[in-house]
Amino acid sequence: MNFDELFGHFGQHTVDGLSKGAIYALIALGYTLVYGVLRLINFAHSEVFVVGTFAVLGAWTAFGMQDRPGAGQAILFLLIGLIAAAVASGGTALALERIAYRPLRRRNAPPLVFLITAIGLSLVLVEILGLLLPRLVGGVFPTLFGRERQIVGMPTIIEQKPLITIGDTSITNVQAIVFFSALLMMAMLDWFINRTRYGRGVRAVAQNPETAALMGVNQDRVIMLIFVLGGVMAGAAALLWSVRFGFTQSSLGFVLGLKAFTAAVLGGIGNLRGALLGGLFLGLVEVYAATLYTSAWEDVVAFVVLIVVLMFRPTGLLGESLGRARA
Amino acid sequence: MLLELDNVTVAYGRIEALHGISLHVDEGEIVALIGANGAGKTTTMRAISGIRALAGGAIRFAGEDISRLRADLRVGRGLCQSPEGRQIFPGMTVLENLDMGAYTRRDSAGIAADLERVFGLFPRLAERRKQAGGTLSGGEQQMLAVGRALMSRPKLLLLDEPSMGLAPLVIKQIFDIVTEINQQGTTVLLVEQNAQQALSRAHRGYVLETGRIVKEGTGQELLHDPAVKEAYLGVA
Ligand SMILES: Nc1ncnc2c1ncn2[C@@H]1O[C@H](COP(=O)(O)OP(=O)(O)O)[C@@H](O)[C@H]1O
Ligand SMILES: [Mg+2]
Repeated sequence: MNFDELFGHFGQHTVDGLSKGAIYALIALGYTLVYGVLRLINFAHSEVFVVGTFAVLGAWTAFGMQDRPGAGQAILFLLIGLIAAAVASGGTALALERIAYRPLRRRNAPPLVFLITAIGLSLVLVEILGLLLPRLVGGVFPTLFGRERQIVGMPTIIEQKPLITIGDTSITNVQAIVFFSALLMMAMLDWFINRTRYGRGVRAVAQNPETAALMGVNQDRVIMLIFVLGGVMAGAAALLWSVRFGFTQSSLGFVLGLKAFTAAVLGGIGNLRGALLGGLFLGLVEVYAATLYTSAWEDVVAFVVLIVVLMFRPTGLLGESLGRARA
Repeated sequence: MLLELDNVTVAYGRIEALHGISLHVDEGEIVALIGANGAGKTTTMRAISGIRALAGGAIRFAGEDISRLRADLRVGRGLCQSPEGRQIFPGMTVLENLDMGAYTRRDSAGIAADLERVFGLFPRLAERRKQAGGTLSGGEQQMLAVGRALMSRPKLLLLDEPSMGLAPLVIKQIFDIVTEINQQGTTVLLVEQNAQQALSRAHRGYVLETGRIVKEGTGQELLHDPAVKEAYLGVA
């Protein structure tokens, strides 16, 4: 175990972990929002994120982005990417609700049916991105769907440069952008849920759906809203992922989704601030573990954390569901 | 006639809980619906509010057939319920719970005025406005549930067992306020097992037994009815 490396560059590993965890946290919000209101684990949420990454690449390609655009252009492309990803991910999440989950709710389907449906939807979306679209439109959009199930590289929008260096710890421009954008998105969501009339409606349905209806809350509208909100957060995560890592793949959501789900469970699924905490914590643990052992262990950590949390503290670090803890 | 139930039938699965009940509430009245545990009082209230679908019959409110209207839309028509067991949103503050009552409204000046009115009726709620609803005492939660329903400025206030589980002094306080609300112009349909209190406050009343209305009359008539006395007022 490489303690020298971990403690010798502890600051650097912490910075790396936090910027990674911020992306997990953004995705985790989608699991937590839907769970908080419907007690449903939307396993297809990982693909909602992946759709967003393809949308980012699609928009960048369509608007002719080259490697390393100038600062003004880069900001424009970030904005275009954000809009494309938010629309694509939000739209996909909404479609899942309208096409699959709502009809099940109308039939009073048991929880297991929802769970199997969610897993099924996840697989369907993976194969649509990995097989169906390459076969149907691969010729038309070669940068996106040129080859089946392949890793697709993206142009570099911002070159990584150290922004601040303290001792031997440096924070890159990209890390700072990822971390603070994610935080900003989460702060906006938190404000929306806790301070607006619609947010109050969401919390009411989460806490007591029948009484929410007695107060005039349209439950279907609240449910659509949370799917869209979770989707938009996943879209933002997709943009940040694209900026930071610069590639995507139809199967990207599998491991990443499980990590984000772990982050949500770790923080206390249904709890928005818990998702932030869980995401950052997982990012840190992962980077520390990869340093101590080897990076091959990185992905294992998330699953170990998930199992340990489920065994010893299934309500997560913060516990309580959406709105109950006023968070 | 503000509210009219015409031969309403409600079933849970294959079991019918209401076997065609008819009743009405006129503007300005307090109408009591009394009956033993399991008689179907709550089911009646759920049907009126629209969270339980009808198996037969019709409900009319202010001249409109609302039998198939979605529950959340009935609030805007002027129907609001304080449900059995109070059902406060536990993680919301007192103020947020009251705001939930005004969820369908957009007239902020009117909402602010009604908030003052509710705080006037229930000064305890004003003191505790920042406190989480789940941490209130039973009596305070009941006040909050009634206040929350009032925040929708209902034409008809539905109260399902407001006295349940409360101390006699608190019960009297709640019923005093119900009377006051009614005198200020709100029509009230009151469901109770506490028949004594309910009937002495009500203009009219109905007696529900295993899903059927078996008796109706003015509050005083029912209070002095020998059968009602024996079954519901604990007088032999
Ligand atoms: N959710 C439910 N599922 C099945 N049966 C129910 C349900 N709710 C109430 N019932 C039945 O319907 C009848 C009326 O219940 P309810 O309306 O709650 O009575 P009350 O409010 O007068 O005590 C009872 O026999 C009760 O067991
Ligand atoms: Mg009842």
